[in-house]
Amino acid sequence: MTTIEVNDLYIAYGEKIAVLGVSFQARSGEVLTILGPNGAGKTSTVESIEGYRKPSKGSIKVLGLDPYADLSKLAPFIGVMLQNGGIYPRMTPLQALGLFHGYYKDPQEIDYLIKLTNLGPALKTPYRRLSGGEKQRLSLALAIIGRPKVVFLDEPTAGIDPEGRLAVREVIRDLKSQGVCVLLTTHELDEAERLSDRIIILDHGKIVAEGSPEDLMTAAHGDNIRFSAPVGLDLAELASAMDAKVVEERAGEYLVSTAAVPEQIARLTSFLASRNIAIGDIRAGRSSLEDVFFALTGKEMEPEASFTDKPRSRRRR
Amino acid sequence: MKPYLAQAKTEIKLALTQGESLLVTIGIPVIVLIGLSLTKALPLPSSAHSAADFLVPGTMTLAIMATGMVSTAIATGVERSYGVLKRLATTPLGRPALLLAKITSILVVEIIQLAVLAIIGILLGWHPTGNVVFFVISAVLATAGFAGIGLFMAGTMKSEVIIGAANGIYLILLFIGGIIMPISSLPGALEAFARLLPAAALSEALYHSAGIGGSVPLWAWLNLIIWAIAAPVLASKTFKWDQ
Repeated sequence: MTTIEVNDLYIAYGEKIAVLGVSFQARSGEVLTILGPNGAGKTSTVESIEGYRKPSKGSIKVLGLDPYADLSKLAPFIGVMLQNGGIYPRMTPLQALGLFHGYYKDPQEIDYLIKLTNLGPALKTPYRRLSGGEKQRLSLALAIIGRPKVVFLDEPTAGIDPEGRLAVREVIRDLKSQGVCVLLTTHELDEAERLSDRIIILDHGKIVAEGSPEDLMTAAHGDNIRFSAPVGLDLAELASAMDAKVVEERAGEYLVSTAAVPEQIARLTSFLASRNIAIGDIRAGRSSLEDVFFALTGKEMEPEASFTDKPRSRRRR
Repeated sequence: MKPYLAQAKTEIKLALTQGESLLVTIGIPVIVLIGLSLTKALPLPSSAHSAADFLVPGTMTLAIMATGMVSTAIATGVERSYGVLKRLATTPLGRPALLLAKITSILVVEIIQLAVLAIIGILLGWHPTGNVVFFVISAVLATAGFAGIGLFMAGTMKSEVIIGAANGIYLILLFIGGIIMPISSLPGALEAFARLLPAAALSEALYHSAGIGGSVPLWAWLNLIIWAIAAPVLASKTFKWDQ
């Protein structure tokens, strides 16, 4: 069943256009991740689907409802984890869970959520004194307390502790098995690769790639060999030794466009050995998601970017 | 209904457990009432039979202003800057029920404040004559006006600015709101200015409906009605839910 349907979405802030004609769908039981560098339009897109802003153009349906116009009808069926904040600074996790428990018709048991997110030791600490990880875990618990059909997790692993990382994984696995649709944004490629059924890569407000993590990684460059070594190897010499094209993608990161077969790997290693060149690492076969991302956007993912990528002014509400 | 009740309970609890807020809503009005009743340090209107007849309605005005404006502005401003309002928008609570819960909390706190001041007032010789209906109407109108001002600040300013501005206005209106001394004892131009503000109108209305009796003057009613409409409208037009 299609749970989220986005059609030709445009979002503009005055002169600046943040999202340019984005369309995609997500089904129940699916984990869809939106990846993208700074200012790619991720948060604008997600917040429109959550009902926070009205699209400048295009349409959005969540569970068949327009999230901006019918937010009050939709709210009981969605769970939202904001990038940061969202909880009364003086409130303890126990009080916040109690309050949110009161909002929903058939809420999840509080004890279950405390165990799931391991909030036991912090239950009576006011929100403003919680660690970053505890804040994230509480926010996650509040996002699922109403047994939602659609869950939005905006950078759930930004600044999180290892416990929180595990909690996020466990919660997502749980939600998936219950047929919940999860829309995730993240800067962390590892998490995206591990958690997602499907990934959308956004850049400059447009979708530049879409598919399962495997699809994206195989489709990007096909077979190749990547390795890291000191900067400035003689590319022409290496290319003739390998009988293949070689480029230095980033300083010290080399890409050899050749079938990732043992013979070719042997040629590469013997070439390096004969010149006594140290190898950082070597990967043969499909590209990593990071390679895909870099190839498509020309940017590397930066974890700290999550705190600066949303437009701070000219919100509609 | 269930989300509203959960929210109202929380709003009341938060309002009654915040130290700085209690100082402004209950502490200062009580200190002013007791202190000035006993010392008679400031001028009283000639029409007052006792200090308490003037100071009880005056400190009740201060109390309503503190809860309606100062507490509402600061609490809601903090909620906005912490993203609480944004987060609540996507829960089944919704914005109308959130507003209703805030109004409920304001009224509950005001009832507690007014009861405390009335009890202390009686001990200090408060013998009110007046009209309970007019008392309630003017208190409700003024609450709407002050809450509108508070929400306007909460929805447009940064939370650090709000704390300063709300407390500053509270302090100014304490002196020119007919709360601790009649506005007739102010210099002419200042008196005319004070009559345009909601504090002086409320203290005048309460002075007649819960003090010396007699009818509430027309200017006070007009003032209260205009603020009760204009301030909430301004707040709702300018309110930004997240920053």
